[in-house]
Amino acid sequence: MKVVICAGPPASGKTTVLKQVIRSLLAKKRHLAYLKIDVQFADEDELFAKEFAIPVKKVYSADLCPDHCNVVVLGDAIKWAELENADVLLIETAGLCLRCSPYISGSFGMVVLEATSGMSLPRKIGPMLFLADVAVVTKIDLVSQAEREVFRANINETTKIPVIETDALHGINTELIARRIENTQHISPPLLLKGNPPVGVCTICVGKKEIGKEAHFGVLRTLESDLFYRGE
Amino acid sequence: MEIKKITIIGGYGRTGEQEQVSEVSFKMGDVVSIVGPTGSGKTALVHDIELFANVNTPSRRRLLINDSALPDEFGNEPSENPVALITQHTNFLSDLPVYRFLELHAKIRKTNIGSLVVEETLEFANQLTGEPVIRESAMTELSGGQTRALLVADAVIIGSSPIILLDEIENAGINRTKAIELLKHYEKIFVFVTHDPRIALLSDFRIVMKNGAMQKLIVTSEEEKQVAEEIKKLDDLLLDFRARIRVGECITKEELHKKLLSLGYLG
Repeated sequence: MKVVICAGPPASGKTTVLKQVIRSLLAKKRHLAYLKIDVQFADEDELFAKEFAIPVKKVYSADLCPDHCNVVVLGDAIKWAELENADVLLIETAGLCLRCSPYISGSFGMVVLEATSGMSLPRKIGPMLFLADVAVVTKIDLVSQAEREVFRANINETTKIPVIETDALHGINTELIARRIENTQHISPPLLLKGNPPVGVCTICVGKKEIGKEAHFGVLRTLESDLFYRGE
Repeated sequence: MEIKKITIIGGYGRTGEQEQVSEVSFKMGDVVSIVGPTGSGKTALVHDIELFANVNTPSRRRLLINDSALPDEFGNEPSENPVALITQHTNFLSDLPVYRFLELHAKIRKTNIGSLVVEETLEFANQLTGEPVIRESAMTELSGGQTRALLVADAVIIGSSPIILLDEIENAGINRTKAIELLKHYEKIFVFVTHDPRIALLSDFRIVMKNGAMQKLIVTSEEEKQVAEEIKKLDDLLLDFRARIRVGECITKEELHKKLLSLGYLG
C-alpha cells in the first residue's frame, strides 16, 4: 500500500487538490481509502464518501495537538486501510502547526500552498515544506505570471523539491500529482516520522490553563534556566 | 529551444462538442487576436497556451512547438519558459518594493542585461502610464494601470519571451496605442484577447470563440485592413477627446465638426 500525506495551511486548497487526485487515481482503477484529521470540524470525509464511494474515516484531535494525534492514530489508520484493501491511503491533515511535519518514511508527502498567500510564506512554514516530497501551488489563476515565478523560486530557495503549479478547481496540472503517486514506493516497516519535530503532549496541550511552572509537569523552564524535566 | 511555430490542436467546448477549429498554428512574428463574447472561453484559451496544455486542462487541447509534442512538465523552469502572459489581474499581492521584485524576477528568468534591468523595465512601463511607477513604491500600492504597464514591461524586458499573451490590454488603463507601437519593435508571437476592433483588425488573423470552443478562423482581408485605417482615425479622435476631458478641458460642437471635416467625414 502507498500512503499519501497532505499538509498545508488551512484553506490552501488541500481538499480540492485531493478531489482531483482521487478522480485521476480512480480512473486508473486504484482502490483508495481516505482519512481526514482535523481539530474540531471537518466534513470532507462525508463529501468524499458520497462523491467517490470510497472508504473514509475522520478523527478530531480536539484537545490533543493535531500532529501528535496524527502520529498516534496513523498506525491504526494504516491497518484499517489495509483491511479495506486500499492501494493508496490518502491522509489530509489539519495543516496547522508550523513546527511539526506529518510525513512518514516511505510516504508521498505533499504540501499545498496557495499562490495568493504572500511571497515569504515558503520561508515561514518550516518542515511542513522542507520535508515534503512535492509542493503543490494552488490558485495560480489568481496571480500574475511574474509573481507566480517569484513564489516558485522562493519555494525552491527553501527546498529543491519539485513544484507543481495548479488550478485545482479546474483540474489544471493535478494529473501530474497522480502520476507521481503512481511512481511512489509502497510503505514498509518500520514507519518513522521523517523529521524530528517536537511532537509531544504537554500539560498545556491537554488543557491545564494555570500560568506558572508550579502548575505543570514534564519539560519545564524558568525565565532564566534551560529546559529541565519534572515528573516520573 | 528556438521557437519557430506553435500549434494548438483543438479539444472540446463547454458542452462537450469537438471544436470547429481542429488545428491552428502561430508562426514567429504573427499577431493574433482572440475575439468572442464575455464567457466564450477566450481567457481559457490563452491559459492553455501559457500552460502548454497537454490534454490536462478542461478543454483537452494539446500544444505543439515546432510540430513536436512537449516533454512532461515543460515550462516549469521559468528561465526556459517561452511564454509571458499578462492577465486581466491588475493587483499585485507582493508588498515588495518595485525594484526588489524586478531584480528577483530578473534573477529567476536569468535576464542577461546587467544592472540596468530595473531602470530599463521602468522606462518601458512609464511610457504606458499616466502617473509614473516609482522605483521604491510597494507593488501593492500601484494602480491597475501601473500594474499592467509594469507587467507588460516585465514580460518584454525581463521575460524576453518569444511568445507574449495579452488579455484585454484595452481595459488596462494604459496607453494601448503606445503599447502596440512599442511591442511592434520586437519579433515575437503576439496573442491579444480583445474586444477592441482596432487591435483585432491589426492582427494577421483572429480566432472567434463561442461556448468555450474555437469556432472560426478569420484572416484579416485587404478590405478589413482598409477599414482598420478608418477605425484608427476615429479611435484617435476619441482618444484625443478623452485625454482632454481628463485634464479638465471642455469640448465644443464646432471642434467635433472641424475634426470630422479634417478626417474627410463631412462634406
